[in-house]
Amino acid sequence: MADLPKPEELVQIDHSPSLHKGLLGWMDTPVRIREGIALYAGKPQSLEYVGMPNPREWNPLDEDWKLPENWKEIILDGLRERLDRFRSLKVFMDICVRCGACADKCHFFIGGGDPKNMPVLRAELLRSVYRKEYTTAGKIMGKIAGARELTYDVLKEWWYYFFQCTECRRCSLFCPYGIDTAEVTIIGRELLNLIGLNVDWVAAPVANCYRTGNHLGIQPHAYKDMIDFFCEDLEEVTGIRPNPSMNRKGAEILFITPSGDVFADPGTYTAMGYIILFHYLESLGLDITWSTYASEGGNFGFFTSHEMAKRLNAKMYAEAERLGVKWILGGECGHMWRVIHQYMDTFNGPADHLEVPVSPITGTRFENAASTKMVHITEFTADLIKNNKLKLDKSRNDNLVVTYHDSCNPARGMGLLEEPRYVIKNVCNHFYEMPENTIREQTFCCGSGAGLNAGEDMELRMRGGMPRANAVRHVHEKHGVNMLACVCAIDRAALPPLMEYWVPEVDVTGVHEMVGNALILDGEQKRTTDLRGEPLPGMEEEEDV
Amino acid sequence: MNFVVSIVFSGAVVTLLVLIPWVGVGAFDLRVLFGIVIPYAAVITFFAGLVAKVIGWGRSPVPFRIPTTAGQQWSLPWIKANRVDNPKGNGGVVLRMIFEVLLFRSLFRNTRMEFRNGPRITYEFEKWLWLFGLLFHYAFLVIIIRHLRFFTEPIPFFVKLLENLDGFMQIGIAPLTGYQLPGLFLSGMVLLAAVGFLFLRRLLSAQIRHISLPGDYFPLFLIGAIGFTGILMRYLLKVDIVAVKELTMGLVSFHPTIPGGVGVLFYIHLFLVSVLFFYFPFSKLVHLGGVFLSPTRNLANNSRAVRHVNPWSYPVKTHTYDEYEEEFRDKMVEAGLPVEKAPEPEEEASEEETGEKE
Repeated sequence: MADLPKPEELVQIDHSPSLHKGLLGWMDTPVRIREGIALYAGKPQSLEYVGMPNPREWNPLDEDWKLPENWKEIILDGLRERLDRFRSLKVFMDICVRCGACADKCHFFIGGGDPKNMPVLRAELLRSVYRKEYTTAGKIMGKIAGARELTYDVLKEWWYYFFQCTECRRCSLFCPYGIDTAEVTIIGRELLNLIGLNVDWVAAPVANCYRTGNHLGIQPHAYKDMIDFFCEDLEEVTGIRPNPSMNRKGAEILFITPSGDVFADPGTYTAMGYIILFHYLESLGLDITWSTYASEGGNFGFFTSHEMAKRLNAKMYAEAERLGVKWILGGECGHMWRVIHQYMDTFNGPADHLEVPVSPITGTRFENAASTKMVHITEFTADLIKNNKLKLDKSRNDNLVVTYHDSCNPARGMGLLEEPRYVIKNVCNHFYEMPENTIREQTFCCGSGAGLNAGEDMELRMRGGMPRANAVRHVHEKHGVNMLACVCAIDRAALPPLMEYWVPEVDVTGVHEMVGNALILDGEQKRTTDLRGEPLPGMEEEEDV
Repeated sequence: MNFVVSIVFSGAVVTLLVLIPWVGVGAFDLRVLFGIVIPYAAVITFFAGLVAKVIGWGRSPVPFRIPTTAGQQWSLPWIKANRVDNPKGNGGVVLRMIFEVLLFRSLFRNTRMEFRNGPRITYEFEKWLWLFGLLFHYAFLVIIIRHLRFFTEPIPFFVKLLENLDGFMQIGIAPLTGYQLPGLFLSGMVLLAAVGFLFLRRLLSAQIRHISLPGDYFPLFLIGAIGFTGILMRYLLKVDIVAVKELTMGLVSFHPTIPGGVGVLFYIHLFLVSVLFFYFPFSKLVHLGGVFLSPTRNLANNSRAVRHVNPWSYPVKTHTYDEYEEEFRDKMVEAGLPVEKAPEPEEEASEEETGEKE
């Protein structure tokens, strides 16, 4: 693994491609695959488990990527097929005018300066081959028409740069034609997967999720153990031991959340927040179950191919049907919600075995989820708060000066902007927004989405997260912000090291962790610590040693 | 392909395109070719090509509903939804598309990133691309509508009205000695200024220079040359406007004629316009049609409320619950998790061993 440069080394960035590079032209600038940026290759056993092509040991830093002999034919046939299947791709291949509005909108370009990370150029990597193969002008005039042959080097360039895109869609917001690099990357990766070009950080979670129901490969008994463990911790904090049910038939609602939340801090505290909330609502009529089979909200299949996304997503409706629930509640996660909101019903619906979601506590009918029948937990909780169903003590979060990071997918692939803010403002007293160019629909990615959350590409991640960290530092210095809230499990895994690197004074939390802290349970003991076991404001002396 | 080659190449091609009719008409008197045959062919190519392109796009389905949401979604009744930037229904989509097509709303969001080591990253005001982009397109539109005077008899009122609006600056222009200048049209000047801006931006910004292809410089040069020849004809090297109209009316009424007295400059102008028409369907200029078909803009964000159907959806292999329980049943039972099928005691030992499959 490459050593991570220090922050002061990392910020030496030139965003103007040098004249030398300009004279060579990007098409003739060869790709140089760098450690610290590139990810490890997908392992053969991961690919075999789900029946993906060309499983083998290979290393992106090697010359030979051990491709099938007819790799070019496979890719070009695959491209043709996808042009016929996706109007998005076909239109996006034709209409870019290279106005460059997207260029400095990408967090990887801002934090890295590599010209091929300008979204326009990342798309041109594919577009140039499209022109060569499928347009008359490109066939005849070649480079003059912006066309080039698909060579081994071009293929490597695709792999390198399609795995330097987090599919965050920030560029598509600024594009006058709505050209969506996520769409280009998604389909680009789908093509690469046809010949076994993948990354371990995507392939392994996919295989795990297929087998055990979640990315981390947590088996059912272990999953239950972890939930039990949270309940023990909660008993310590609140004096009350919740008893969440697992795989229970006949429950009204199935709860699905990313497995990251049951696995690693600080996501675990968010999971504890859910458990506390559900326990609180039990006496008000909430009848909810977790599942060990549908134990993953996220979908790394989405970073592999549309087909794999569909295969992994199928568990949600299947489990809902098996358990006989009425609707599904979904936890805090980013790309999970892009898939649920924009794809799930199309992939695996119609979910006629479910009913239009109705909150059993408030009676609110979620018309916006009438067909997909799945509700986001911040929609659910915001509705509870609005209807005065939660007893909250905001002051328990008074140690926190909070800002909110909109996750890319809920922001730009759904529009979930106010719901989490409403919840946050009702559970904590000190909330400050980051600058407007960096939040809501213009939010900056954590730099680690779309399967790039590995260890070996830490330099890439610290670069990609730089714009987000920069905005956090701004509110840290201006308002003393010390807590970065988010509604995404990848964020909860990716932002702590990012903060550690750029703004070490700021910690990361899920929204429902703060809900769990503020929620006043009936018959609870006097709380002296928060869910992390750290003393509540004013309770510093009372803490047991 | 570097930018020097791209610019030189594009410039050379446009120069050649000026020389072709100059020689063709000036030296060889090929007026029928340049005045009738090529314009007809160009217009046919333009329409056929563009229609084919749009049909080609249309033939590919939209399997998923993927709008880029740029505002608050419609969810709970008391949260104010952004109906334009995150449309819930077709009315909102129409509004969003109107803003997009007529006002370049997405481009209006543009900012310029300022990077100082530290790092201190800020996002500065940058509406120039939006402004000049908008000016360019509207000037072009006005010019096209004005040119309807050459293709209609009588001239419709809106063309005259637009001419008056476009020419309101004429009082400010002093006549040059020896020339009686007609009223100055703003649109032509604006078009050339915008072309100049767009070219300089491409040339001077290192980022944009790096991404630019010959296909980016060529249309700018071509449109610049069209504007320039038009302006030359109107203000300086005047052509016989009556004869020109006779020719253009002949084209549009399908009784083409070649009147005498039309100078070579007109043929150059007409030829360049013809080239633009030829070139259009095979170039990035098809964004004219494509912008309407972009699935991130022209779809309502209602996929959780209304099911979107993928026409080529096919069944996929999944890992069923039964397969899952089969592998983990004993562990599930031991952990007290409910199972569909009770474990068979005699197989327990062997399952234990294969349980840790990897």
